[in-house]
Amino acid sequence: MMMHAKRLQSVLALCLLLLVGKVWAEIDAYPFDDLAQEKRFHTLVQEFRCPKCQNQNLADSNAPLAKDLRDIIYAKVKANESDQAIASFLQERYGDFVLYRPPVKASTMLLWFGPALVLLIAIASAWRWLRRRPAPSNSPLTEQEQARLKALLEGGKPS
Amino acid sequence: MSESQSSQTAAPASDANKKSAAIPLRFLAPLLIFVALLVLFFFGLGKDPTELPSALQGKTMPAFQLPVLGEETRLVTDADLKGKPYLLNVWATWCPTCYVEHPYLLALAQQGRIRLIGMNYKDERDKALQYLARMGNPYETVISDADGRLAIDLGVYGAPETFLVSADGVILYRRAGDVNERIWQDEIVPLLAQAGVTAVSPAEGQP
Repeated sequence: MMMHAKRLQSVLALCLLLLVGKVWAEIDAYPFDDLAQEKRFHTLVQEFRCPKCQNQNLADSNAPLAKDLRDIIYAKVKANESDQAIASFLQERYGDFVLYRPPVKASTMLLWFGPALVLLIAIASAWRWLRRRPAPSNSPLTEQEQARLKALLEGGKPS
Repeated sequence: MSESQSSQTAAPASDANKKSAAIPLRFLAPLLIFVALLVLFFFGLGKDPTELPSALQGKTMPAFQLPVLGEETRLVTDADLKGKPYLLNVWATWCPTCYVEHPYLLALAQQGRIRLIGMNYKDERDKALQYLARMGNPYETVISDADGRLAIDLGVYGAPETFLVSADGVILYRRAGDVNERIWQDEIVPLLAQAGVTAVSPAEGQP
């Protein structure tokens, strides 16, 4: 019994530690003037990709660079800079990569329209394939075929 | 059963015979797609997926005013660095690859192949000074970007990173990762030649 209790305790302690780790990721406390400003900040940091960790947005990333960029975005939100200005600030430095929704231009055409193109090709070829299948023939049998059918029918019967 | 099977196989065959030109395309298309993917993947293999395209290539060096490492009262600006092309090398003592890169930078400096400007990125001053004292200092000047603000203006997302900057302050090239002989020969020398610097000028102020 004692052993079980101890083990349970250590498991609980581990869970707690993990929880604390999760909380650390979101600890930067930024004071805001109002709720709208705070909301705008949180939307913005989720809109941009962390250049360092690549599969996380700025809000989720623990990378020091993400923290620096959050600080900069915070200062810009406080200074009432437009979303567009903040986006181009990041884009000028890190390229389209930081945007989860990159602009439509020559180099991103495939990214934007590639999947739709593949779907169109698939639909077109499926349609063609379905149409190509021969329609069931309604033409009457030729004389030779009639004779063969007769022979088969008669020959197949056990007499 | 056997009748229906034979009629199914017979029909497309006669159909295909009529349109003999359609056959090769139908069978070639998957092969072509396969080959195209093969080529795509082959070229993708050699690429570092963490390497971002540089947004600053062709733009002017961002304006800055930063202290010299170890001589905090002396400030360096972007204008001070103009005159000759240089490599701006972003490094830090917390960066493992920087230790790997360091001997090559020393060699570049010793052979006087180009001016090297160090940018100590988000580092501890004393550690950085010890690093240079212990391992040698390949840099003409080391600027200290303690808060990483110039790094952000340069689109730096790690260390080491190296920028080739022209004599008039235009960023010609950016390398995320270590500079080595292959990078120097294949990527930097051609750019220097394009910029009209055929004979690499000896670095100034080298010990």
